[in-house]
Amino acid sequence: MLIIDCPYCGPRDQSEFSNGGEAHVKRPDGSADIGDREWGEYVFIRANPKGIFYERWVHSHGCRKWFNCVRDTSTDEILKIYKIDEERPKLDSFKNNVKTPSGEPNLGSGNFTVKK
Amino acid sequence: MKKKYSIFSIVKNAFKGHKDWPKMWRSPEPREFYDVIIIGGGGHGLGTAYYLAKEHGLKNIAVIEKGWLGGGNTGRNTTIIRSNYLWDDSAHLYEHSLKLWENLSTELNYNVMFSQRGVMNLAHNEHDIKEIKRRVSANNLNGIDSLWLSKEEIQKKVPIMNTDNLRYPVLGASYQPRGGTARHDAVAWGFAMRADEMGVDIIQNCEAHQIKTKNGKIEGVETSKGFIRANKVGVVASGHTGVLAETAGIRLPLQSKPLQALVSEPIKPIIDTVVMSSAVHAYVSQSDKGELVIGAGTDGYNSFTQRGGFDIIEETVRAMVELYPVFGKMKMLRQWGGIVDICPDASPIISKCDVEGLFFNCGWGTGGFKATPGSANVFAHTIAKNEAHQINSAFNLDRFASGKLVDEHGAAAVAH
Repeated sequence: MLIIDCPYCGPRDQSEFSNGGEAHVKRPDGSADIGDREWGEYVFIRANPKGIFYERWVHSHGCRKWFNCVRDTSTDEILKIYKIDEERPKLDSFKNNVKTPSGEPNLGSGNFTVKK
Repeated sequence: MKKKYSIFSIVKNAFKGHKDWPKMWRSPEPREFYDVIIIGGGGHGLGTAYYLAKEHGLKNIAVIEKGWLGGGNTGRNTTIIRSNYLWDDSAHLYEHSLKLWENLSTELNYNVMFSQRGVMNLAHNEHDIKEIKRRVSANNLNGIDSLWLSKEEIQKKVPIMNTDNLRYPVLGASYQPRGGTARHDAVAWGFAMRADEMGVDIIQNCEAHQIKTKNGKIEGVETSKGFIRANKVGVVASGHTGVLAETAGIRLPLQSKPLQALVSEPIKPIIDTVVMSSAVHAYVSQSDKGELVIGAGTDGYNSFTQRGGFDIIEETVRAMVELYPVFGKMKMLRQWGGIVDICPDASPIISKCDVEGLFFNCGWGTGGFKATPGSANVFAHTIAKNEAHQINSAFNLDRFASGKLVDEHGAAAVAH
């Protein structure tokens, strides 16, 4: 369970928030010329990385404002929270805790079948 | 050597103090090349290797597993088996699986403890009643046993249930008598043992790092035990399938989330069927050891931590205590999470892709255990023949371009 630092209200319990999935998803340009496959990708496919993930949250039971967040999905650590109109922080400014694509971090994983 | 289990082998080994049981499978080092590599040593993956060897005559097969067999979602689910899905495509797939379950212990000569104790899905409001009655009728049209139970009939079957004095009263339920539970580890072990006997190499502690392709064709898999070449690769890695697909440059419509479950201290038999409720989100069955096996929900955000948030447990326990006040003073023994890969339409993907020789069996979301033998069976067919079996033809990747989704959000018990 997370404590999320709402940029407008300060730190609050995660139960006050709703997750809005991947952030910075752009609707494709030139919609008239786009094939079914590209549309399908835009509608259905979202990033799902193990590690650094850019996502959106909304403070549903608070100020009801949307904001962006960078979270490590392998540890659930929140690395940065920024307002919706702020620049996307660079990926290489964050440390990646997983050495292989499906590896386990040293801390924060409950996968005891793999952790040594 | 074929390992046969019977009452005689148990008696014989009892006299020897159970010291001479043969090893259930070998632990070989990987070869340089395999006809087929299956990534993921859970029930679906081991079953796929089993059916590839048994029904399609392939012998040079490897199953690679990051941890130990069945240590992922195969060993983390709540073991519920049913086939009461709404649409024809899903009904056929899950019913195919249920039929295989009914004969699995005999076929594998290994007791998977399949217990057809019935599965009940509760209705708590007018909409639930309509939706569930519609599903019961759809099931009957597909030849699947499914019936509507009134409140009185539910009370007779599960006397400990509080049907009236709660915020969302119980108004009725669907009931599938052939549904039930099975011992989840046994499924992985049974498939592993019989696959190993047919020459399948089961390689544990071998993590897939990268799926390598060249000119749109599969080359092999880079693993923690080195590079292994292969003609075909099947990825059955549940929550990590999307991450592995990414290494081959393929984006899948999957989101990975923790799904939690918990078990109580063991008690005497008190509930002899499986009761599920989507609306208040609580489902429960009692294991043969006497523990209540309780399924909770998914977290509202992507995560690979295999733990899950405590708020989800609280919500489920709240619903449990309201539905079954008698459980109010029980202690819970263990809680855990598994990472499930959720598809936008709550239906799986059992499909080939743009890369020749690369296949995916994923997107089972919160309900893949029930499908283990059926999924493995049709996935083996898909890999061996390079085309889908009639049963899984609807569960292709193309549906996310064509829009022909198989929307099973109603029948998938955990709301995604």
